[in-house]
Amino acid sequence: MTSLIRRYRFCASHRLHSESLSEAENHRVFGKCNNPYGHGHDYVLDVSVEGELNATTGLIVRLSDLDRLVKTEVLAAFAYRNLNQDVAEFTELVPTTENVALVIAARLRQCWAEHFPYSSARLSRISMQETERNSFEVVISNTAQTAPIAAQKLNESVTVNA
Amino acid sequence: MFITRKAEFSASHVCRVDSLSEQENFEIYGEEAHAAGHGHNYVLEVTLEGDPDPVTGMVMDLKVLKEVLEREIIQPMDHRFLNFEVPPFDKVVPTTGNLAHEIWRRLEAELCGPHFRLSKIRLFEGPDLYVDVTGKAAA
Repeated sequence: MTSLIRRYRFCASHRLHSESLSEAENHRVFGKCNNPYGHGHDYVLDVSVEGELNATTGLIVRLSDLDRLVKTEVLAAFAYRNLNQDVAEFTELVPTTENVALVIAARLRQCWAEHFPYSSARLSRISMQETERNSFEVVISNTAQTAPIAAQKLNESVTVNA
Repeated sequence: MFITRKAEFSASHVCRVDSLSEQENFEIYGEEAHAAGHGHNYVLEVTLEGDPDPVTGMVMDLKVLKEVLEREIIQPMDHRFLNFEVPPFDKVVPTTGNLAHEIWRRLEAELCGPHFRLSKIRLFEGPDLYVDVTGKAAA
């Protein structure tokens, strides 16, 4: 099994707050992360592509194609933004890094085939560091590739190293 | 259980296929295709899977693992131009993927004992690009 992993970095602000919880509950659950003005992080995003090395080029996919996909679907929308206000998925979804990783996985998978028409390589993992002390990993199973995006959450496992 | 040993080497390479045009090479490899080559500080992480020996308490003697990495990888590759000096990269493009596969090939037989086997190679070309090779698919 061979995977190529490309690391991207972006900074963004967010606030952890759930409308379905009371003020006191929000404060209890999210602590400092519930600050009404929000706060920010320098996120580190690892995108794993699993597949065969092309016999001629020695590549799984062209890096420029992967970079274009991640730049278009993720970095352009997330970098230097307030995730709660500027990214549609987080209008109601709390932008914990678990959810950020799942949203990024869904966005990349949605546009995957059109960026790599020449390759059967697949998105196999999204790993995110919120800080150097917190990392979150979404492992995307092989069978999840053909299922509809909404159903795929069931096939993903999230590992949190905190 | 898994144990991992890290090693570093610096080498130059160029990624291009002679049978392709200049334009095609740059479309495929980007800046990596510049003909005279360039270099990287590679970081290699070698992971073994095994059980501690009941007498020594070790999965593998790390001194021996260090010697194997030095002999099979560091000595032949460190401060070399991979395309000219390290077979099979006179014929195979030394992409990070191909280099990781070659490292797997060189280590697999050496890192196989009664209690352990090679489980994973992680090769960083730089801080923002790396390749993982696991299991038998590296052949």
